Amino acid sequence: MKYIDEYRNARLARSIVSEIRRIQTRPWVIMEVCGGQTHSIVKHGIDRLLPEGVELVHGPGCPVCVTPLETIDKAHAIAAKPDVIFCSFGDMLRVPGSHGDLFTLKSQGADIRVVYSPLDCLKIARANPEKKIVFFAIGFETTAPANAMLVFRARQEGAKNVSVLVSHSLVPPSMTYILQSPQNRVQGFLGPGHVCTIMGYREYEPISERYKVPIAITGFEPLDLLQGTLMVVRQLEKGTATVENQYSRVLDRDGNVTARKLVNSVFEVSDRKWRGVGWISKSGYKLRWEFREHDAERIFEVKEIDTNEPAICISGQILKGIKKPHDCPAFGTLCTPLTPLGATMVSAEGACAAYYAYGRHLDKQKTAAAPTQVGGIA
Amino acid sequence: MCLAIPGKVLEEFERDGMRMAKVQFGGIVREASLDYVPAAQVGDYVLVHVGFAISTVNAEEAEHTYQLLEEMDQLTELDAPVVDEVSARKPQ
Repeated sequence: MKYIDEYRNARLARSIVSEIRRIQTRPWVIMEVCGGQTHSIVKHGIDRLLPEGVELVHGPGCPVCVTPLETIDKAHAIAAKPDVIFCSFGDMLRVPGSHGDLFTLKSQGADIRVVYSPLDCLKIARANPEKKIVFFAIGFETTAPANAMLVFRARQEGAKNVSVLVSHSLVPPSMTYILQSPQNRVQGFLGPGHVCTIMGYREYEPISERYKVPIAITGFEPLDLLQGTLMVVRQLEKGTATVENQYSRVLDRDGNVTARKLVNSVFEVSDRKWRGVGWISKSGYKLRWEFREHDAERIFEVKEIDTNEPAICISGQILKGIKKPHDCPAFGTLCTPLTPLGATMVSAEGACAAYYAYGRHLDKQKTAAAPTQVGGIA
Repeated sequence: MCLAIPGKVLEEFERDGMRMAKVQFGGIVREASLDYVPAAQVGDYVLVHVGFAISTVNAEEAEHTYQLLEEMDQLTELDAPVVDEVSARKPQ
């Protein structure tokens, strides 16, 4: 077993779909929370394999998408300073702020570097002691241990020229926010497998119980996504609401305790704003006071930035599962990955960008018709 | 962004006080920190995200899940209509 190829087996995929079709008696709306899952679902055409009555809607779990425009503008203001080397995961480079993106700044001479791992920033700091190294620490719970390790080690090594601009989000508060919306359509969730690899799934149990929604913590390969969907549909049909673990080969109920210990020593929970959605209470991380010497927001005083999002963009409703990309008049016309107007188009894991990447803007006119082609699974 | 890929631990080493490993993903070998998976050993499959192994893949659980899927597949085949003397006369 290599844990990838066997989870793309078309014959087994078909048998899971038949089973879903066999047990489904009513229409159900299920949300996959994680942007990586959205991308995999659209890439492999999983949503089009499912019977018509089982609808997948796409959640807010793409950290690039939900990073507020104000934070992106702040990052750009810091990156433009001559004594700064600004480091980021590649995903953030093309995200436009109010005045261009990081690529534009780089072409104008700013020192902006893409890193594979946050720890690369320590090497860059050692090689450039006269510069200030700033890392754009974005992500959900999955990335928090890596970002926390950078801050922890920077302090341990006395690397005073290393700081982080933190934009960290947490999944469970966003699920609660969606379920509390009066327009909510979501009846069950595919839980985020890699977030739960770190966090475990204890914190999902009260959500499932309180809002009576089944949750299947799910992996990212086609068979994982189909099996997770089957678990949720089974529960919906039976009228039960518990948390199940489809991704048991990778995680258990407690998650990665070692990683969480370091995360909790570096970060504390805070309120935060989600692009397209607004403020959600206790839905993010900020640096603890002890690590303030590494907080880019303290080191670089950037004025509060006022931003305006285009009125036409419906990404807020897409992120809550109320609407889909095709419901937007700008999708694929005014708004494309090269000219994104809002959260769900700025990253490949956003629902609009994933739909666009796999050609679904081309069948915009045909969406009312039943899908005919199922592709993607080898 | 939360992409994490399973790879095989080829060898372990230490760097700057961190427990590191060479991890093979198909034809590619990259370095990853093992600090968050203290029990991982050479030969194990670990799930790697932005340079950190965040979990050791549990081979038994993987087999078990896969076996359930295989069983479902066999049941689906059993679901095919039985053709007896009566049904053979009717169109399906």
